[in-house]
Amino acid sequence: MYPFTYSRATDVADAVRDKAGHDGSAYVGGGTNLIDLMKMNVEQPAHLVNVAKLPLSKIEDLPNGGLRLGATATNSDTAWNEQVKARYPVLNQAILAGASPQLRNAATNGGNLMQRTRCYYFYDIATPCNKREPGSGCSAIGGFNRVCGILGTSEACIATHPSDMCVALAALAPTVRVSGPHGERSIAFEDFHRLPGDQPELDNTLTEGELITSLDLPEKGFAKHFAYLKLRDRHSYAFALVSVAVGLEMDGDTITEARLALGGVAHKPWRDQSAEQLLKGQPATAETFGRVAAHVVANAVGRGSNDFKIELARRAIVRALKQAAEGQQVAGDVYLGGQ
Amino acid sequence: MTQTNHIGKAPNRVDGPLKVAGAAHYSGEFNVPDLAYGYVVSSPIAKGKILKIHADEVRALPGVLEVFSHENVPHLAWLDKSYKDQIAPGGSPFRPLHAPDITFNQQPIALVVADTFELARYAAALLRIDYEQEAHETNLEAKRTEGFVPGKGKAGFQPPPPPRGNPDKALANATHSIEAEYAHGAQHHNPMELFTTTVEWRGDGKITAYDKTQGVFNVQNYLTSVFGLKKEDCRVVNQFMGGGFGAGLRPQYSVFMAVLASLELKRSVRVTLTRQQMFSIGHRPNTLQLLKMGTNPDGTLASLQHHALHETSQFEDYTENIVNWSGMLYQCENVKLGYELAKLDIYSPQDMRAPGAASGNVGLEVAMDEMAYAAGLDPLEFRLRNYADRDQNVDKPFSSKKLRECYQQAAAKFGWETRSQEPRSMRANGKLVGMGMGGGVWDAAQKKSAAKAIISADGKLTVRSGTGENGTGTYTIMTQIAAETLGLPLEAVTFELGDTDQPEAPIQGGSWTAASVGTAVKDACDALGEKILKLAQKPADSPLKGAKYDDVEFVNGQLRLRLDHDQAVVLRDVLQASGETQLEADSSAQPNMAKQQPYSLHSHNVAFAEVEVDEDLGTIKVTRVVSAVAAGRILNQKTARSQVLGSVVWGLGMALMEETIMDHKFGRYVNHNFAEYHIPVNADIPHIDVIFVHEDDDIVNPLGVKGIGEVGMLGVTAAIANAVFHATGKRVRDLPILLDKLL
Repeated sequence: MYPFTYSRATDVADAVRDKAGHDGSAYVGGGTNLIDLMKMNVEQPAHLVNVAKLPLSKIEDLPNGGLRLGATATNSDTAWNEQVKARYPVLNQAILAGASPQLRNAATNGGNLMQRTRCYYFYDIATPCNKREPGSGCSAIGGFNRVCGILGTSEACIATHPSDMCVALAALAPTVRVSGPHGERSIAFEDFHRLPGDQPELDNTLTEGELITSLDLPEKGFAKHFAYLKLRDRHSYAFALVSVAVGLEMDGDTITEARLALGGVAHKPWRDQSAEQLLKGQPATAETFGRVAAHVVANAVGRGSNDFKIELARRAIVRALKQAAEGQQVAGDVYLGGQ
Repeated sequence: MTQTNHIGKAPNRVDGPLKVAGAAHYSGEFNVPDLAYGYVVSSPIAKGKILKIHADEVRALPGVLEVFSHENVPHLAWLDKSYKDQIAPGGSPFRPLHAPDITFNQQPIALVVADTFELARYAAALLRIDYEQEAHETNLEAKRTEGFVPGKGKAGFQPPPPPRGNPDKALANATHSIEAEYAHGAQHHNPMELFTTTVEWRGDGKITAYDKTQGVFNVQNYLTSVFGLKKEDCRVVNQFMGGGFGAGLRPQYSVFMAVLASLELKRSVRVTLTRQQMFSIGHRPNTLQLLKMGTNPDGTLASLQHHALHETSQFEDYTENIVNWSGMLYQCENVKLGYELAKLDIYSPQDMRAPGAASGNVGLEVAMDEMAYAAGLDPLEFRLRNYADRDQNVDKPFSSKKLRECYQQAAAKFGWETRSQEPRSMRANGKLVGMGMGGGVWDAAQKKSAAKAIISADGKLTVRSGTGENGTGTYTIMTQIAAETLGLPLEAVTFELGDTDQPEAPIQGGSWTAASVGTAVKDACDALGEKILKLAQKPADSPLKGAKYDDVEFVNGQLRLRLDHDQAVVLRDVLQASGETQLEADSSAQPNMAKQQPYSLHSHNVAFAEVEVDEDLGTIKVTRVVSAVAAGRILNQKTARSQVLGSVVWGLGMALMEETIMDHKFGRYVNHNFAEYHIPVNADIPHIDVIFVHEDDDIVNPLGVKGIGEVGMLGVTAAIANAVFHATGKRVRDLPILLDKLL
């Protein structure tokens, strides 16, 4: 770990100003990912601006019928929030599927979006990694890539975004409010994370110094027909090999609106709007689900040890759609994942 | 039964309150004054040479005390034998900081010592090292045809017995036969506690090393021979351990580094490995096994052939007993066992919980399941038809063997009779259901051990032996043995361990501690008891006049005649009347070879497992495990049960998730952290029933105990693998069984 200076911001303006005043600085929320990366010399910020205590921890109704999730509300407080449980249960389930209670108690909502990949090589500075060290090469291509992506990858990077929460958010399509040196702006969640292309070092579209202040959920929460399905190498405390978030609106057996997003398969939470269109107006049948699932993975590319993810994703989509259509899942104390 | 019959009951851990209160001190918690901190620098390449270590750049940082490497390490012992610890395998042990050669990835190549841990870690990150890289080979597949038969080298290693009967002919003539290869990758012990050594500099070349180890004497011997220290100047202490599992059997490079720095800097030094470095200190080796079996028309085994090949380092021939058990667990007249190693550019493997047996058991017990199916027999019935009443490897009877009772009791508890034989024939909750079983065998060993017992005039007993406590319950069972032997309540007894100032005990491994140290503790207490009896007989009116030691017993704080309980004296009265402030006695217990020699000494177990498999998604949930263990006499029902529960968790991990992945391009483990090396978590663990089948066995040792640290793991992995086959009809022969293998 490299030495760094540290300050605790009192308000958003103070945080933005403090960060702008320090080269090579970073915001830190719960620190559940950044501090680990610093210990392994993957990240070497010269200055940390602690934003965990900023007055951004509220979860409150929005005038448009939506719900604002404060950036510094913890993942736990968000998952357990009565409004979230009642109106956005897919978010409740996705958050509870991730990490451990201890980590969720510390991790913030803004920080969840800012998590970095769990690709083995990104974490090990003894190996080349374009995301960590642009131009050094991708070790995962041709290496061990069980956790790596199958959709939207590039020859520079096949890393995945590791979040569960963000997969549910991708399906719910909130806007991400940010504050920076040039003022405030809103980013559609879909546009927040990016694909690796030839700049895998960039995880998202934030510009220098911007700080997430809230996630604004739209009114529609798909509380009746939803699913979050997470498949992994042990039953808890493991990152998703493939996860699927689904939200449906149904009229009898007909799907009138659909949201479908995948985790563990791409550099960003992978929402597939063309698949959502394919579901619209269709009967909730195995045939429909199979057709849509095949569509989602049609352009998927395996890299060896992650080849299985293509078939696994296809099957997981079918299962999650079925669970959502049947209304099997409920928001609750324990992530049951419908498995 | 009396209040002071403690053996076989289920008292709580005597060290539990200390642990809960944070008062049990682990090796990284001895905060001696003026402590410096060392941080190990690990090689990023698998093979090559260090050309230059730019140490001066780092030495210039204020607070950095020194950078140790092969460039400046002082003259140390030269001969290989000086570096050989008690269980070193054949070959040349790894010598840290000895030469510029790099022979495995993550090899420790430098130690940065500084005033603070943070500074040492930072300085280590800055240290520039120039390498010359050479081509490496880390893939066992590439060495399939280059296996060699190792020498005897390592203590405890038994080369496979020679073939018996005519295995090939019997296989050719068998009614049914199978042949299959089984594989598992490397696995690491991953105890929660990191390897840490705090060396206290006591001045004048004298040190105390608080070291995470399963054998303080093994470490002391290593340190004295490598650094030329006198024993009295080199005390090694380890009173508590956050898990060992075999990782602490050999002295690790953390203790070498800490002692080196302390002696050179004449200062107290602590070295703690990182979690990543915990993947550079030995592992269960990547192993390939070929099994061939054939049956006679009556379902008895006609032929059994088991060959294993596993990796070792370029410098040591690490060996373990993988195939021998296959010649012992079942009755078979035609047996061929083979065992080979292949050298790779990796660190030496190291004994890991049930070394050898855990690996070989998977091959044998999955093959037995395959054979049962080929012969059209229920897997349990098949095993009963091939039950071994003698150990055919050595042609001796077992001193005791209640495996049949294990089968019966566990099968009944599990409900094995509800199982239908056909794969894919059982379903529940929309899932495929499978039931499988597997059994195992492990050594019941006893090693020479010493102990000292001291009783004070107020009747408080202290017993000491320099054994280890890696969380298994050693403090508690030794307290029970001592208290029962001298008729005292547990509260009146203190057992002390883990210090080279104490009487010598062997490394804590091989499941032999209960038998070995337990016998020494009992002997020391008996020797003390004899002294107490003599004192009690001094008064002219002693009710014990003329009694021999065998005629008396210590019960409830009294010493009395076995045949006339009214003829008794109060222990404390005897001690106080004697005028002595304390009495003490020593013991040195050895196995009774004459008594043991005619017999084969082993513990046995069986595990039954049920799984639910989601056929579409490949996910596996173990829903129940029943484990039955026959390991002689159980000293403490509670700690013993905990040991078996832990063993089942280990077996499950091996079956379903544990594997250290080597990227052969780099010759480097890539999942060397707790996020990606998966060990089971609570959500993976089902209800576990543990059954102990009591065996009366006064041949193994006077206490009749066989040890339970390892035997409980056997059978579990195969039972789960077999249950997955029963559920799905898919036979996965390479562990772990990850979900993609079932898609």
